[in-house]
Amino acid sequence: MSNLLALSEKHALSVERLTVAFSHGEELLLALDGATFEVKRGEFVCVVGASGSGKSTLLNVLAGLDRPSAGRAHVHGRVALIFQESALLPWLTAAGNVELALELRGVSASVRQELAYELLGRVHLAGFEKRRPHELSGGMKQRVALARALAQDADVLLMDEPFGALDAISRDLLHEELERIWKESRLTILFVTHNAREAVRLGDRVMVFTSRPGRVAQEVHVNLPRPRSLDSPELAVIAGRITDRLKHEMFGEAVI
Amino acid sequence: MAAELAPQLSLSEALGSRPHPVRRSAARVWSGLWPKLGAAVLLVVIWQLVVWSGWRSQSALPGPWPVVERLAGDLRHLDFYAAIGLTLRRVAFGYAIAAAAASIVAILIARIELARRAVGSLLVGLQSMPSIAWFPLAILLLQRSEGAITLVVVMGAAPAIAAGLLSGIDHVHPLLIRVGRAMGADGLRLYRHVILPAALPAFVGGLKQGWAFAWRSLMSAELLVVATNQSSIGQLLQSARNLNDAQQLLAIMVVIFVIGIAVDSVFGMLDTAIRRRWGLLGMEA
Repeated sequence: MSNLLALSEKHALSVERLTVAFSHGEELLLALDGATFEVKRGEFVCVVGASGSGKSTLLNVLAGLDRPSAGRAHVHGRVALIFQESALLPWLTAAGNVELALELRGVSASVRQELAYELLGRVHLAGFEKRRPHELSGGMKQRVALARALAQDADVLLMDEPFGALDAISRDLLHEELERIWKESRLTILFVTHNAREAVRLGDRVMVFTSRPGRVAQEVHVNLPRPRSLDSPELAVIAGRITDRLKHEMFGEAVI
Repeated sequence: MAAELAPQLSLSEALGSRPHPVRRSAARVWSGLWPKLGAAVLLVVIWQLVVWSGWRSQSALPGPWPVVERLAGDLRHLDFYAAIGLTLRRVAFGYAIAAAAASIVAILIARIELARRAVGSLLVGLQSMPSIAWFPLAILLLQRSEGAITLVVVMGAAPAIAAGLLSGIDHVHPLLIRVGRAMGADGLRLYRHVILPAALPAFVGGLKQGWAFAWRSLMSAELLVVATNQSSIGQLLQSARNLNDAQQLLAIMVVIFVIGIAVDSVFGMLDTAIRRRWGLLGMEA
């Protein structure tokens, strides 16, 4: 079996019949069952699914932290991962966290600090470089996490419900921020969320995942002009349809 | 945007800070100190009351004041400092070896599953074993030498230090490890940049406990090994007993007590500094 899904230059990542199972005591839990999709270079794709749809597992496999049980997941280029909790190292300052990413990438010590400050400036955290994570708000922590991901010089950014724990205003601001950085840096982003509005706000394309096990149930192309507003009626209509589909997925499960 | 929020944040921070940082830190030191001083005063009072009760003669149990006078007299003699110096050198040497060996062993146990299964339970056994139980063997192997004393100190301190570091490594938040790996840290680099720094608070806890064991072990060893003709704290203690010199005996006990507390409070300060750095301290008064 060779590259049937030709790994053309156009694609930043491809997932082919990806199945991931975990053993849970005696029984085998299927997190993903034959998920197949591709993401084009520079595309912003959102994945929505109820809990248990294997969204996080998908990202872990793409980031190389979990192994597929069957099928393939392929990323072209470097990957950076952003988690729901910012997962900053608590003993390092904001700049220190970014510098560590630079160091692990092999950036020489002489330019690390300058680069870290520059990246923190890009996420509007100038002046907060020496703060430690516990001295930053939730939104600011996620900005540092974003700067750290940028420091990894990734081609593909995998985001696991990154703004799920934030208040509405911080989240709104970070949506703008992320959209701006995405445009500037021509990143490919795979953004996992359980919030349909957020998915439609950000994504060129939204993939709805089934629950337990997860696979792609529906694909929605979002053709609204950017920047979009979370409150626009057009966005609400599309998000509503996705939410209905999600409810259907969950309802189906509940009846069984 | 954060840029717009920044002035407000620094303003609220400015409001939070008091105008007299020096006075504030002095107040903090005092608030940490007075309960300890109070306890010391209480102890001395009880001691004095026992002496006054006439339970034992003044020559067997002298009061606090004669002991303090005796200690002040001792502190005018260079020999006394030499004895304390030797004891401190011994504990520092043994403790350093214990810390180095324990760190290596703990990392090996954490890294290698077989080592964990082999040595893991052994560590618990060693920890509960009084290190002075090693002394007869140490004397057989190394005679009544410095080596025998060092061995007892190492066997006393090392298990506690290793156990502290190991539990620190075992309890590193899995998310931090995933972050490290996602940033491309693997093997040794993951240890250096993520796991060991994350294990630091537990390691300091282990070091602190290890110090207490080292100090205790050394005192036992010095009481037993009087043969070396150098003067040490343990040796002074033993000869004070032989001479029925209760004042001298208690004066040396005070020294042992003070050294123990002083080193322990250094570890306490280290622990507080780390927790402040990590944001694990509550709002301070």
